[in-house]
Amino acid sequence: MHEQKTPFIRLAKRDAMPGGQVWCIRALSFVAALLLGAAIFLVLGRNPFAAYATIVSGALGKPTAIRQTVRVAIPLLGTALAIAPCFKMRFWNIGAEGQITAGAVAASYFALFWCDALPGPLLILVMAAAGAAAGGLWALIPAFFKARWGTNETLFTLMMNYIIIGVVKWLQGGPWEGRPGSQIIPQFDQKAVLPKVLGVHCGWIIVLALTVFMFVYMRYTKHGYEISVIGESENTARYAGMNVGRVIMRTMFLSGAISGIVGFMVASGANNTLYDGVAAGVGFTAITVAWLAQLNPFAMVGISGLLAVLEKGADTLHTRMSVPASISDIITGIFLFCMLGCEFFINYKLIFRGRHEEVSKA
Amino acid sequence: MNIQTLLLPLIMAAIINGTPLLFGTVGEILSEKAGNLNLGVEGMMYMGGAMGLGAAFYYESLAGTSANGIAAVALALLFSFLGGAAGALIYSFVTITLRANQNVTGLALAIFGTGAGQFIGEYMRVTSGGYVSISLELKTFFENSPFPAFLQDIPVLGPLLFGHNIFVYIGVALAVSMSLFLNRSRAGLCLRAVGESPATADAAGVNVTRYKYLATVIGGGISAIGGMVYITTIAGSVWNHEGLSGEGWLAVALVIFCLWRPLNALWGSVLFGALMILYLRLQLPFIPDQLYKILPYVVTVIVLILTSLRSSKDKQPPASLGAAYFREER
Repeated sequence: MHEQKTPFIRLAKRDAMPGGQVWCIRALSFVAALLLGAAIFLVLGRNPFAAYATIVSGALGKPTAIRQTVRVAIPLLGTALAIAPCFKMRFWNIGAEGQITAGAVAASYFALFWCDALPGPLLILVMAAAGAAAGGLWALIPAFFKARWGTNETLFTLMMNYIIIGVVKWLQGGPWEGRPGSQIIPQFDQKAVLPKVLGVHCGWIIVLALTVFMFVYMRYTKHGYEISVIGESENTARYAGMNVGRVIMRTMFLSGAISGIVGFMVASGANNTLYDGVAAGVGFTAITVAWLAQLNPFAMVGISGLLAVLEKGADTLHTRMSVPASISDIITGIFLFCMLGCEFFINYKLIFRGRHEEVSKA
Repeated sequence: MNIQTLLLPLIMAAIINGTPLLFGTVGEILSEKAGNLNLGVEGMMYMGGAMGLGAAFYYESLAGTSANGIAAVALALLFSFLGGAAGALIYSFVTITLRANQNVTGLALAIFGTGAGQFIGEYMRVTSGGYVSISLELKTFFENSPFPAFLQDIPVLGPLLFGHNIFVYIGVALAVSMSLFLNRSRAGLCLRAVGESPATADAAGVNVTRYKYLATVIGGGISAIGGMVYITTIAGSVWNHEGLSGEGWLAVALVIFCLWRPLNALWGSVLFGALMILYLRLQLPFIPDQLYKILPYVVTVIVLILTSLRSSKDKQPPASLGAAYFREER
């Protein structure tokens, strides 16, 4: 009699799912994203197979293409690693964009004005240290207010992005401008450029080292333990005698410092100069990378690689099949939605109407 | 007279520049009041901007010389709303039904929406031979006041009350009715209950999922109208790459600035509009333009700090903002 009041589908929390099934669901979501992307290509009147083939060959087909893809992946991975401890702590740092830029500004200062005073390797080291310090301090400002008065960190860190980007615009057209009226900061001296290893600036070695460091830091150190306790429950952490404010500030400084190093690598290794688009949205995309990897540093390597392939491949798609370049953002978005959504099927199970017995037996 | 030469143009320009923010903010307030922190406003505004401009553009190329300005405005409003609502619907499905993290999904929507908006814009530009813009006659309907000239000619009060483009009046009406809806209607009460404590609302028989969906989708549509208003009244009805950069994020900040109250958004958006154009109107010695332009962001930061300092009870976000609701979880 109450049959019509039972919803057609009900939800229940699942206990831990076997690992194989989890990966099965993730693979399915990947396939779903591919199919949705294919639908978009069909709407545009392009052959989806050809389009995907172009993306893959454009990103991985030639050694030069692979190098460019790696160059896209480096800042993405580095920033995702930087964000991971903050998110583990449930501190929503969406200011990596600004922290990258702050690091790039500090590194550029030394590249531009200390070039003659310092010998080559030392200059690079000083640039890296300055980048880390500046990124860290830029992140420390919102962390301080969060720790002291609970100021909303999501918007604080976001606003800090626009502030530092505005500062770069001012530097570009003002004090650091190269040729008057050009609005461009001059190229760095060769001494201030990161050396290349295997054809790509050596940033890739740095981020891979950082990957291992972050894995160990989050999993096997006291700091990492404190971060995860605070993320689970701030009250528990306080009860256990942890100084929550100090951990927040320390973690944010570390996070900002890594972002700052990414800024240094991009300015010195990839662009050889500083401009207002130095972060180029990496700070935002990296958040999704970190989250999709479930804050596991090694998984981030794969996911940042995947997004880099998409972005580089979409560039090729743009030139070869005259599809607007913004298709990469659309496809990236679709992948993110699918992969975010699929966690639901891992954590919950659906119960269809009229199948109670089966469920109670299970 | 000082008022008419200096202050009045500043106020007028501030109102024009604040209107896109007003739409963005009012829409996001509706969404956040139902407990959904949608960080994808920037993306939805892009989608709305591209769809709204596209609607006016294709309507004109179809109707030719017989194109009607009022119809163009209505179509632009409708399609920008639909564009944003579509984006918000994806967000709603992923966060409400699939219960994914709202922060991350919102960011994904920001990426997706910016891409989709740029894509539609570029696609229109390529298919129409390199330039998407509407005719001058049609532009007047978007940019000029709908009131007759004699009303606008009243000194000071004329321009202040009757001198704005039509979207200013729509925006004000929207903010006022949103405030009435949230605070004076039964549905508004239920919606706020869903945002404060979905479990309580659920126990009282309110359909939490339906309220969350409707609030987020309609809110997203309203936010997206702001993107269209920006393109048609400030950016000269031309699709360009960097047109919107930052408007949507400012709207998210403005929601906090307004303490989740649509009526505060009225003056808040004008204030932010003024901060955005102040560098053009009021030169300060020793402060370069580019540094002047970061003023709105600095002010937002200061406001954030100040509101956290006086943490009074009625100035807080909805209690369950950002949390997914699952009935069996307590």
